[in-house]
Amino acid sequence: MKMMKTALLGSAIATLVTTAAWADGHGCGVEGGRLSIIGNEFPAIQTVARNAVECAESGSAEASANLTADHQTLNVAGMTGNPAEYTTAIVANSSIVALINEDVIRPLDDLVAEYGQDIPAQQLITVNGQVMAVAFMANSQNLVYRADVLEQIGMDVPTSYEQVLEAAEKIRAEGIMENPVGGAYAAGWNLAQEFTNMYLGTGGQFFEPGTANVTINNENGVEALEMMKALTEYMNPDYLTHDSNATSAEWEAGNVALMNMWGSRTNVLMDSEGSTPEVYENTMTSGPLTVGDSGRPANTLWWDGWTVAKNISDEDAAATFLAMKAGVSPDILNDETMTEAVWLMPNFESSPVNTGVLASVAAGSTPYPMVPFQGLLHTALGDNIADFLQGNESAEQTLADIEAAYTAAAKEQGFLQ
Amino acid sequence: MKHSSFIWFVLPSVVLMILFIALPIVSVVMQSLYTEHEQVIVTVENCGPFGCVEAQSVDQEATQALRDAQPLGKFAGTSVYRDRNHLAVDEVAAAWEASGSYREFWGTLMNLPFYGAMAFTLTYTAIVTPMTIILGFFVAIAVNSVARSLRGPTIFFSLLPMIVTPLVGALILFWMVDARGILGTALQWLANDPSLSVKASTPLMWIMLMFYGTWSSIPFAFIVYYAGLQTVNTDTLEAAMIDGASRWERIRYVIVPHLAPLTTFIALIQLMDNFRVFEPIISFQAQAHARSLSIAIFTDLGGETRLLSSAAATSVLTIVFVAILLMPVLVRTWREFDTK
Repeated sequence: MKMMKTALLGSAIATLVTTAAWADGHGCGVEGGRLSIIGNEFPAIQTVARNAVECAESGSAEASANLTADHQTLNVAGMTGNPAEYTTAIVANSSIVALINEDVIRPLDDLVAEYGQDIPAQQLITVNGQVMAVAFMANSQNLVYRADVLEQIGMDVPTSYEQVLEAAEKIRAEGIMENPVGGAYAAGWNLAQEFTNMYLGTGGQFFEPGTANVTINNENGVEALEMMKALTEYMNPDYLTHDSNATSAEWEAGNVALMNMWGSRTNVLMDSEGSTPEVYENTMTSGPLTVGDSGRPANTLWWDGWTVAKNISDEDAAATFLAMKAGVSPDILNDETMTEAVWLMPNFESSPVNTGVLASVAAGSTPYPMVPFQGLLHTALGDNIADFLQGNESAEQTLADIEAAYTAAAKEQGFLQ
Repeated sequence: MKHSSFIWFVLPSVVLMILFIALPIVSVVMQSLYTEHEQVIVTVENCGPFGCVEAQSVDQEATQALRDAQPLGKFAGTSVYRDRNHLAVDEVAAAWEASGSYREFWGTLMNLPFYGAMAFTLTYTAIVTPMTIILGFFVAIAVNSVARSLRGPTIFFSLLPMIVTPLVGALILFWMVDARGILGTALQWLANDPSLSVKASTPLMWIMLMFYGTWSSIPFAFIVYYAGLQTVNTDTLEAAMIDGASRWERIRYVIVPHLAPLTTFIALIQLMDNFRVFEPIISFQAQAHARSLSIAIFTDLGGETRLLSSAAATSVLTIVFVAILLMPVLVRTWREFDTK
């Protein structure tokens, strides 16, 4: 009871302090310290970083942000030193795992108790009961389609990959487009992500429960690979070099009518830049597709959130926490930033751009697995699937290769004996 | 030169070489012999915006204790070298036992990542190195016979492939050979096959990479040979002319022997460079068709979970193979030195 009282008193004082800071015009409560952000680069993250840096600078803290597509190769190295170069990393549910494995981010419970009582519980990412990150947006890959083309062939919006194939065949047969299907199938991370989606859609599971033993060489794995190959028959022959950027460019050029694409990128496809009205006015997005008869959505749910480095002083940690909290506060949402993502803040209002991601959440899509060895499997998938798609070997051989490559890597990392 | 002055003369470079070449190699070799500790895995509940799920996580305290006890990691000997992602000793032995024919064995071997990467790397080195030397030589001969007033601009244009940043040069070519690019469309027209795509075909991609590799390193051979050409003894050339030697005979019997030591030098540098082929594969996004040892190191380090020991082992193997490749050239140079 005494502890309870002390805690209450503590937070009451904290609230007072915060209110005082608000009152004297600093706005976000930062007083000195250091903020250094490392994160991926897309509009929503740029908005968050801009607001966080603004807050930190208003509180006379040192502030900088390094937003780059290569953030994954920099964040662990940049947070390992003491003091860490980066005081916060903006991560997703896949990339937070590497930071937890390397033990470079700190639990946020004490900071949340002191400064973050008003952060909604659904934004807190907890691992084993400890808050490790604060999420600010949701993301997923969903069907993006051209309403005019589907109307022309007289088909409804596909809800399964089988229907996508049927529609693609019709579009090709009627001579509307030569390669109507798109997808980020570039060998490497993108291709592995597409397999992850498809494999989950078949109802498969990646590992024996509770262990690091991989189990993808089965009927589900073959089904997923076969479906991917069937889709590639309707793709631009260069699909193995097409990442999300190249696929989006194909879409904007009007060469593609159906594709599985990230929710965070649909805003770009639907705006009037870089395309003709025929394309962007007819670009629509719907929920996740299914494959086969498992009934499970063939996609994964993602969140993006921020963390705080372990090897920094308490002052820097507090400054970082407050600045990042301000960076993702409900106040950052305005007409311009609202459509950049599916924000998790309570005052978020959805628009047609976000239909896909919200439909995925509603459909109960699986979150991308947050297990320490998933990244190793992802790399093994990305290295090997192209062999099958190019017709060099059987699906079973490809799956066996993936399992063997993963097992060797997992042994080296100490996940398997 | 006195021994003491010789030692003082080379000391700075010896110190720098130990600091920046020898020590890093030692650390890489060490790294390749150790692996991560056994990870203590616990099942935990993860909660987030999409609800709670049971998942595995690394038990930090238990793992930290292991790390403190043995900071270098777990000693693994040569096990990383022998595993499937490197030399794959067991897999190769098993394939040898199981295969009915050399063809079948070769197929299994090429399916292993290390040998697949070696096949491309060696083919690339074997083709690009001589092509660079031969074409670089002819460019040098041609530039050398251009009128003096035009020589400056000609040299500049011949050096362009080397001046252009490799990544940018490769990207430009990558867009040009796209099925909708100018070269890609020209190829389709030439082959009379509208579905032809360089990026989708492994053989065409290999040719493309080697073409790019040759194009980008010709200027190096050219400039070395061009410098060499300025030192050819004109008396010998004139004597050969008076004896009635044709232009071709003068090149064959006077210029080529004169430039032979330079060829050794270019071959050494090019063998090393080509064996470490990297940028073209990245900028042509050719990982699906061609892999090299450098690409393997890059993917080991660039994944969400960094495979340091694996990358270190591949680096050591690269050094070993470069040494083997250079051996004939080095032995030859040594012999020449010895006979003098």
